[in-house]
Amino acid sequence: MNDKRMPENVLYIDLSKKSFKIEKRPQLFRENLGGIGVAMKLLLEECPQGIDPFDPQNPIVFAVGPLTCLFPLASKTVAVFKSPHTGNLGESHAGGRSAVSIRMAGYGAIVIKGASNIPVYLAIHGDKVYFRDASTLWGMGSNFTVGRVIREHERGAGLRTIMRIGRAGENLVSYACVTTESYRHFGRLGLGAVFGSKKLKALVVSGKSSIQLENSGEYRKLYDEIYREAVESEVMKKYHDLGTSSNILPLNELGALPNENLRTARSIHAGEISGERFAEDFLGRRLACSHCPVGCIHIAALREPYEDEPYFYKTSMISYDYEPIYAIGNMLGSYNPAGILKLMDRIEALGLDVMSTGVVLAWATEAMEEGLISKKETTGLNLKWGYYQDYIQATEYITSQPNEFYRVLAKGVGNASEKYGGEDYALAYGGNEMPGYHTGPAAHIGFAVGTRHSHLDNAGYSIDQKHLGEKLLSPEELGENLLKEERWRQILCSLVLCLFARGIYTPERTTRALLAAGADRMDEKALMELGKKIHSEKYKFKIKEGYMGETAGIPQRVLQTPSPWGKLDEEYIRKTISYIHSASLNQ
Amino acid sequence: MRLSVIDTELCVGCQSCMFACARLQKDGGLASSSIHIRSAGGMEHGFVVVVCRACQDPPCAKVCPTNALIPRTGGGVRLHLEDCIGCGYCREACIIGAVFWNQEENKPMICNHCGYCVKYCPHGVLDMRKEEACKG
Repeated sequence: MNDKRMPENVLYIDLSKKSFKIEKRPQLFRENLGGIGVAMKLLLEECPQGIDPFDPQNPIVFAVGPLTCLFPLASKTVAVFKSPHTGNLGESHAGGRSAVSIRMAGYGAIVIKGASNIPVYLAIHGDKVYFRDASTLWGMGSNFTVGRVIREHERGAGLRTIMRIGRAGENLVSYACVTTESYRHFGRLGLGAVFGSKKLKALVVSGKSSIQLENSGEYRKLYDEIYREAVESEVMKKYHDLGTSSNILPLNELGALPNENLRTARSIHAGEISGERFAEDFLGRRLACSHCPVGCIHIAALREPYEDEPYFYKTSMISYDYEPIYAIGNMLGSYNPAGILKLMDRIEALGLDVMSTGVVLAWATEAMEEGLISKKETTGLNLKWGYYQDYIQATEYITSQPNEFYRVLAKGVGNASEKYGGEDYALAYGGNEMPGYHTGPAAHIGFAVGTRHSHLDNAGYSIDQKHLGEKLLSPEELGENLLKEERWRQILCSLVLCLFARGIYTPERTTRALLAAGADRMDEKALMELGKKIHSEKYKFKIKEGYMGETAGIPQRVLQTPSPWGKLDEEYIRKTISYIHSASLNQ
Repeated sequence: MRLSVIDTELCVGCQSCMFACARLQKDGGLASSSIHIRSAGGMEHGFVVVVCRACQDPPCAKVCPTNALIPRTGGGVRLHLEDCIGCGYCREACIIGAVFWNQEENKPMICNHCGYCVKYCPHGVLDMRKEEACKG
């Protein structure tokens, strides 16, 4: 069956030769659906084992899924690559207009290989691919300006994605991000640096094609069922009203909000940086990804006076979410929303991953307090909890790397602590700085074993909260819970759904949506099996590339600072990790 | 009744209306949509809703050489596809860009004010209003 409703085209771009080709691969999509399922297959085909992440052969794979365009909240794109940050599997997701644009340009996946000799950006308009000279954009101070120039230079307004890197990506900061539509990001694991290593400044994709529907009555019925739930459910209302930052207060209440590099997990000042406070004092606009009615993206309007000009102000529009507030707010011991927003604006302009940047700065602050580093290393900066002026300058130095200290800092907290000490409070898993959840053992085990080292891999934070006050699950029970969730999420991320919609896309409903989208009939069991297979492929890739598996490190600080479950038991954590490791390899 | 843009400041740019319009034409993509949402020069500035505003004396109909576009009672036009030669004058005449184009058939696509998209605007940007109440 070759159903036109299913994606099938893979666009291959070679930056070295400035050439491209389009291949029809219906079977690839029929067997692996799309998103992470397809992207992982393409990575295995294209990425030689043991390769340096900055080798031109390192592929960048983008993939969307069979539900993209056809159903609400199938609004994300998966990117995979070898990560320069961890030296291992890189996987990052973003929304904005990326997914709809890629599918409407006619593609299920895009593979970018090689490296250009001069800075270029790619403009993909339907089946045409243009290599544009990006020399003028290279080194530009602000990523916002890069976006504006391309926006004015390319066609397809409203129907395009403009993915770009800032100077951090150009300068190969290992946690540089790729920004899309100004406020969304392929944030984690350093896709921006891989772009930079290929001299690829940006990627514009636009298109406006049709997907012919069969049995459109049935399809529309299912669409309405999903749409209604998306706009009427309480959880979606929460994400629309306050956004993810609504989590600040409950996590603080719980004693799970990392404070001052996780020296504590609660602060009496959390109210100052709550979602409620940001909304009341700063919320200027809400945005949505294409084909998501929720609109969870919250943009603050920060009005600042110019110091040397009376009555002269600038208003900056700055996006905020829970994780950025965690990373550059409470982790930096600061409860000053304007300071957070100013630093955020700078981080956006440079194109850094805000989560890693915050955790890196938190480590540096503590290391300076402990005397492991001094103003000699920081070139005069006083990194102290909440000193935003110095933090802002530090992000500039991380990007421009004027000395050895900043060159190391630009490779993450693991590298920095290896050289300067302070390993006990270098908060990273598998080389990736930790997310903002100190909810208990499941969260941290989840970070350690999750294939992205993300809280979104397996939602350990949710298990911690659900079972709080009950008896601890056995290592096997917890291991199974985390694995089951991570495997199912491979399906959600193959479709590619926003994970906020996981409650709406139940396995049963997902099977119906897939059928309506022209996929082969798959029951829930078959989907679960596929999820398991994709997870196993990822885990095995990671082991081959040097992931330590059951001996992966846990920062001591995590064990020392009490969580809502009290102090965490290292042996229990090890046993659970070991169980998951064996189960992942033997599946 | 006709489609009216109530307040673009409420628009989050989700484009659900565009997908709804295309869906009605049995298209799961965007090629058949007669409504368009784009940013007003960067998302930080909000969004522009491009759709037929049901002119009382529609310029698109005035320039149609074959009378394929007939003014509709209460504003806007009806398109008689069989009379349309695809010359594109109507598209040129519409200064808000609300005459969209079906590339495959080489014919215009213009909102007929059916109101289906309104059901999929979750934030109250669009509504159906009586003609005399419309200022948008």
